[in-house]
Amino acid sequence: MKAGHNDRKNTALKEGIRDGIPIGLGYFAVSFSLGIAARNAGLNAFQGFIASLLTNASAGEYAGFSVIAQDAPYWEMALIILVANARYLLMSCALSQKFRPGTKLIHRLVIGYDITDELFGINIARPGYIEPAYSYGAILVAAPAWATGTALGVIAGNMLPANVVSALSVALFGMFIAIIIPPSKQNKIVGMFVLISFAASYLCGVLPYIKNMSEGTRTIILTVVISAVAAWKFPIKEETEKTDEA
Amino acid sequence: MKHNIYVYILIMAGVSYLLRVLPLTLIRKPIENNFIKSFLFYVPYVTLAVMTFPAIIQATRLPLAGAAALIIGITAAWKGVSLLGVSVSCCVVVFILEAFL
Repeated sequence: MKAGHNDRKNTALKEGIRDGIPIGLGYFAVSFSLGIAARNAGLNAFQGFIASLLTNASAGEYAGFSVIAQDAPYWEMALIILVANARYLLMSCALSQKFRPGTKLIHRLVIGYDITDELFGINIARPGYIEPAYSYGAILVAAPAWATGTALGVIAGNMLPANVVSALSVALFGMFIAIIIPPSKQNKIVGMFVLISFAASYLCGVLPYIKNMSEGTRTIILTVVISAVAAWKFPIKEETEKTDEA
Repeated sequence: MKHNIYVYILIMAGVSYLLRVLPLTLIRKPIENNFIKSFLFYVPYVTLAVMTFPAIIQATRLPLAGAAALIIGITAAWKGVSLLGVSVSCCVVVFILEAFL
């Protein structure tokens, strides 16, 4: 009995590692450009490594590094992370439904550590209850790749020629675009609010007085206001929610 | 620099961790309030859009290259190219444009 149980765990672990490899490769490339942003904000390679290992968030860390660059108050860091990573709260809610009742707290605490768009995706896509060994396998590959890529970005960002740095600096935005465009295609209201967000963000950067606010504060205010208007005018129906989770 | 980078990192990591773990450990039932559900549904798209534009145009040495990367990225993502593929195409566009313009 014991042996069979361990076999199943081993298989799940291997499958997790297998599925984690393409994710890790993608993470490595994107976190490299995040490392360049970290360096610009004044972080060294060790700080970049720790920040990525503990935070595991592209948009969140990018926003966080801009807070550091501006030497903004600590509360602004907390608030911007809350906003930029609010989607993980949603994913965590969804994932909580996939845990076998009675799953140990420690598994919830460890798997929660690396809920990202991609790892959430593969955990949700797997049929049945969450197998902790599977999630751990994927995390074992993805988390070190993310942290190492960031550290290398900090180091190599200094050595790379300016044209390569300039090209790599859009990698992260490419990732953001890849997250927001497919749902915009599927759901016209999301698409409309993405365009409204582009326009509003541009306007806030040029309008007098408003443009003097820090980037972080502008992002928070715009996100809360635009999302609240969207939720008020276009509350989601059950179908919208289902396609989003799929 | 008035603030400590390690304190910033701890806040960044701590808030991220709480966001991920609190629902996983505390909320065992789905959220019922439709306004909150809708609000949480729109937040990720709005915040990523706000952070992408106009920042992508200011990130490159040549603003035009950033604008081209935005358009190519949107087109590629629209056609269903993977996350990594979209990201790489944006970089390639900037590299090529900045080399020739």
